[in-house]
Amino acid sequence: MIRVELPQHLRTLARVAGEVTVEVTGPATQRSILDALENAYPVLRGTIRDHVTFERRAFLRFFACSEDWSHESPDKPLPNEIASGKEPFLIVGAIAGG
Amino acid sequence: MSNVRVLVGTKKGAFILSSDGKREKWDISGPHFAGWEIYHMKGSPVDPNRIYASQTSGWFGQIIQRSDDGGKTWHQPGSPAGEAPAAGGGPPKGVSNKFVYDTSSEVGKPLTTHQWYDGTQHPWEFKRVWHLEPSLTEPDAVYAGIEDAALFRSVDGGITWNELPGLRGSDTGPRWQPGAGGMCLHTVILDPSNPLRMYIAISAAGAFRTDDGGKSWKPINRGLKSQYIPDPNAEVGHCVHHVAMHPKRPNTLFMQKHWDVMRSDDAGDNWREISGNLPTDFGFVIDVHAHEPETLYVVPIKSDSEHFPLDGKLRVYRSRIGGNEWEPLSKGLPQSNCFVNVLRDAMAVDSLDSCGVYFGTTGGQVYASADAGNNWAPIVHDLPAVLSVEVQTLP
Repeated sequence: MIRVELPQHLRTLARVAGEVTVEVTGPATQRSILDALENAYPVLRGTIRDHVTFERRAFLRFFACSEDWSHESPDKPLPNEIASGKEPFLIVGAIAGG
Repeated sequence: MSNVRVLVGTKKGAFILSSDGKREKWDISGPHFAGWEIYHMKGSPVDPNRIYASQTSGWFGQIIQRSDDGGKTWHQPGSPAGEAPAAGGGPPKGVSNKFVYDTSSEVGKPLTTHQWYDGTQHPWEFKRVWHLEPSLTEPDAVYAGIEDAALFRSVDGGITWNELPGLRGSDTGPRWQPGAGGMCLHTVILDPSNPLRMYIAISAAGAFRTDDGGKSWKPINRGLKSQYIPDPNAEVGHCVHHVAMHPKRPNTLFMQKHWDVMRSDDAGDNWREISGNLPTDFGFVIDVHAHEPETLYVVPIKSDSEHFPLDGKLRVYRSRIGGNEWEPLSKGLPQSNCFVNVLRDAMAVDSLDSCGVYFGTTGGQVYASADAGNNWAPIVHDLPAVLSVEVQTLP
């Protein structure tokens, strides 16, 4: 069970409170987590990564175990702490005014 | 007695303002979708409880919201066939709405670039939905004008969207360029007398018309003159801010261009200037009285670099004779130290016997006049910056 922390606006959109959990098959990677997340919460499709290219939206970043994974390959295995559910995978909105 | 429902899109959510036909006391509902930009909301003419909303964010992209009960509850369209939209418990089943440019071979020559600010070519990139225009006959049919400029249509209540690629695929596409607000398709007008005819406008490309239901389009910019482009009389490249039509005079169009207020009486084939005695002919909004096709409203703005009223006085200007001769309407509007803007989709009229006129400002006020503009009063003072205003007249 992988824990995912969403920005507040996406929690509202998906009608969830706090963290969500997803199951992934195979290695825990950014891609496998986001695939599982979008499968469980279809309203999130297109809000975290592009509908077509699946590239991360420009103003979002991904963190795992206090490290920025935003620019890593989406298929690179995440740390064991993420795969085991000890630490959450963080989807964070860039801090920008407006 | 009839009622009115004013749909207000703002920088930080949507608000619905409701009143009876007197339009003196108002109920305020909102913010809906708090924290998101609501570029536009509009109700279906054939089912007023069906309202579409464009919810957008620089962080999270585009969402289309739909209400089937007059704005009390909302959902993202897209539930699987036969399954009711989720309400209350559980995650919504609808998918975020997907706007993907048509690149199919059937289109013939899908364009991949348009002109950028510096004159180079730039790829088309979807950013947001600026305007939603529900069909005049089918509640499930709705058009979306988007940035970067293209026209999409849904015929299943907003679940799936397909581009009408003939517009972007016309020969002029590579010469379209973004205005200061982006390359947005902001105006969609359906001709009530001819289901095959439609008008759209793009900043900064100009106005276009289809006479075959959206398959093919032609620029309709003859008569526009824009000194800020290399050829002031160019076929495309004009920064059209908004276009309005009275439904009983579908061949007559009124335009607020970047500078200049314009009129066409031949479905956009030819335009002539009707700025007349306006103190400045820069502005964004333009609208037509519900019962008087020659009565127009604009809000003059000082200039393209100073987006606020002249002399700090907020004034609507009205022409009763189709342009050229304008009178200022200021009773009830701030006449000192007012430096707000009124954006292009932020004016609307109701169709009660005494026509109501409404507009919203970037300062968060929504003003209403229940007597065609003679007297004004704010419905609300302190909303987030208003992006759009639409009005529904309800039985």
